[in-house]
Amino acid sequence: MTALRDAPTAASARPTRAEARTLKKADRRRRFLRDRALVVMTLPAILLVLVFNYAPMFGTLTAFQTYSIYAGFWHSPWSGLTTFRRLFSDPLFWSALENTLTLSLVQLVLFFPVPILLALLLNSVLSTKVRTFVQSIVYLPHFFSWVLAITIFQQMLGGAGALNQFLRSHDIGTWDIMTNPDTFKLLVTAQVVWKEAGWGIIVFLAALAAIDQQLYEAAAADGAGRWRRMWHITLPGIRSIVVLMLVLQLGNVLTVGFEQMLIQRFAVGRDASEVLDTYAYYYGVVNANFSIGAAASLFKGVLSLILILTANKVAHLFGEDGLYRR
Amino acid sequence: MTATALAKAAEKTRRNRNRPSWEEPPTPAGQAGKGAVLVFICLVVLIPIYMVVLTSLSTQGSINLAGGMVLVPHGITIEAYRQIFTNNLVISSLIASLGITAVGTFISVVVTVLCAYGLSRYRSWGHRPLLMLLVVTMFFNGGLIPTFMVVAGLGGYDNFWALILPSAVSVFNILVMRGFFANTSRDLIDAAYVDGAGEWRILTRIVLPTSRAVVAVIGLFYAVGYWNTFFNALLYLPDNQKWPLQLVIYTYTLQGNPMPGMGVTQTGTYLGAQQIAPLSIQMAVVTLTLIPILIIYPFVQRHFAKGMLLGAVKG
Repeated sequence: MTALRDAPTAASARPTRAEARTLKKADRRRRFLRDRALVVMTLPAILLVLVFNYAPMFGTLTAFQTYSIYAGFWHSPWSGLTTFRRLFSDPLFWSALENTLTLSLVQLVLFFPVPILLALLLNSVLSTKVRTFVQSIVYLPHFFSWVLAITIFQQMLGGAGALNQFLRSHDIGTWDIMTNPDTFKLLVTAQVVWKEAGWGIIVFLAALAAIDQQLYEAAAADGAGRWRRMWHITLPGIRSIVVLMLVLQLGNVLTVGFEQMLIQRFAVGRDASEVLDTYAYYYGVVNANFSIGAAASLFKGVLSLILILTANKVAHLFGEDGLYRR
Repeated sequence: MTATALAKAAEKTRRNRNRPSWEEPPTPAGQAGKGAVLVFICLVVLIPIYMVVLTSLSTQGSINLAGGMVLVPHGITIEAYRQIFTNNLVISSLIASLGITAVGTFISVVVTVLCAYGLSRYRSWGHRPLLMLLVVTMFFNGGLIPTFMVVAGLGGYDNFWALILPSAVSVFNILVMRGFFANTSRDLIDAAYVDGAGEWRILTRIVLPTSRAVVAVIGLFYAVGYWNTFFNALLYLPDNQKWPLQLVIYTYTLQGNPMPGMGVTQTGTYLGAQQIAPLSIQMAVVTLTLIPILIIYPFVQRHFAKGMLLGAVKG
């Protein structure tokens, strides 16, 4: 008797698979009705992303076409890997890739540590007034456009710029930094340091501020000096964020200052300033060879994706979170 | 203890207020080195900006005396500004830049706030796939040529919207803002919900007022992006009547092309239409792009750290 009465209760406590599905469905329906205003709010952004990010992803397929402006995307003939064969047999493409990789490497060595060092220095300044003042100055160039930053560099270091006025007026001769292709990579890095190193400290300062001050106190009590505290507390404290920035940097190895290169192309010439992005731009838009341009972009996009996933994997191997968790 | 000793002790505590008791006192050499580096860094940023602004305000005589960029003022004039504000190209580009920035920032902020709020509620319907849809674009994009084809295909060529809509949403900004919205007090929202407030009301009355700082910072990021827009203008706008300021500076200052309507030097001699604009005028146009940034910057600057919060990326 009791067993009979209990039966329905037991069934509802442990529903069959079909019942579970309908329950879940009902729950989803209820949640949709409750949240539909939220979903509507996301639609403008979703729509923009679909049109201006996803449609172009689909459009990269034109790399497998012989694109003709008159036929358009839908009617251009498919040509398999012909475009890629042409791309990979173009020596200009390889020199653009080489420029891109060298520039990235130079920037990794000469730019990447600068914000970290600057953050450590600023963090050691005790006066909040001095710290805020310096911060507000070094952040500023980040908000300048590349046109503005390079104009400033030209007026300071260019042939008619302030440095050469000084050199000329003291009869030392001239030193034109802005148009010299041999030192262009260093110039580009110096520009990136001037414009972005200050802004780069912001994440490291946040990480430094999050370190528990009691660790320092305990270490000092144990007799650890300034440098040992930095080595054993400060640096481990910012390690995750350094790894994260490094992962991001590796994902961007193939993206080096497109506007920066484009703007200075007339000054140093194509050979020194051609990177993958400018290659795609000049082939694609200027010479109207859309398929080659799209192929170069696709090559870059796929390689970047592989790079960032690999870098993240390596970060995980070292026990760090990287960009996302395992 | 004498009064002077007391004053000295007080002075010492004041100076060391921020220094924890366990930290060893600084060495004079260390202090001097730190100070020197900080001063050097500040000067490297400030002197070029100062020289650009000063040169734009200098007389031709002063520029000739310096041989170019002016470091020490020898005669101040606003002649260059008088001239650029009578130049059609500069005026039209200033209006274009201001218009693009105003309209673009408005669209971007509205779209970002709505989307961030729409995705900020814990376990709301469909938030995972929608979020994934956005995040994917941070890792992979179609690249320049396909984007150009899509925008041109939609009629964006020679149209101002091509400078705004393709870059209107930054997924990173959405994620940062979403992080902030998700931290709004759950109790406050539940209470409003019980009182019968809809999502729109909760957003405008509760969430937005408590997130003003982050909205301001992200608004500034968008505004600066639009104000600095250069490549999209180069790509989509063939007609210099529509050019924004950055493209005008690139063409007439950096590349040194002769600037239409700038044939008259400051001494008033007409040198023909093919004259490169005098340095003071070039620098005045450059200063024009600096001014809005320098004006807005101090107000938003102290909130930067919030806008850059990376913790928001996770989740």
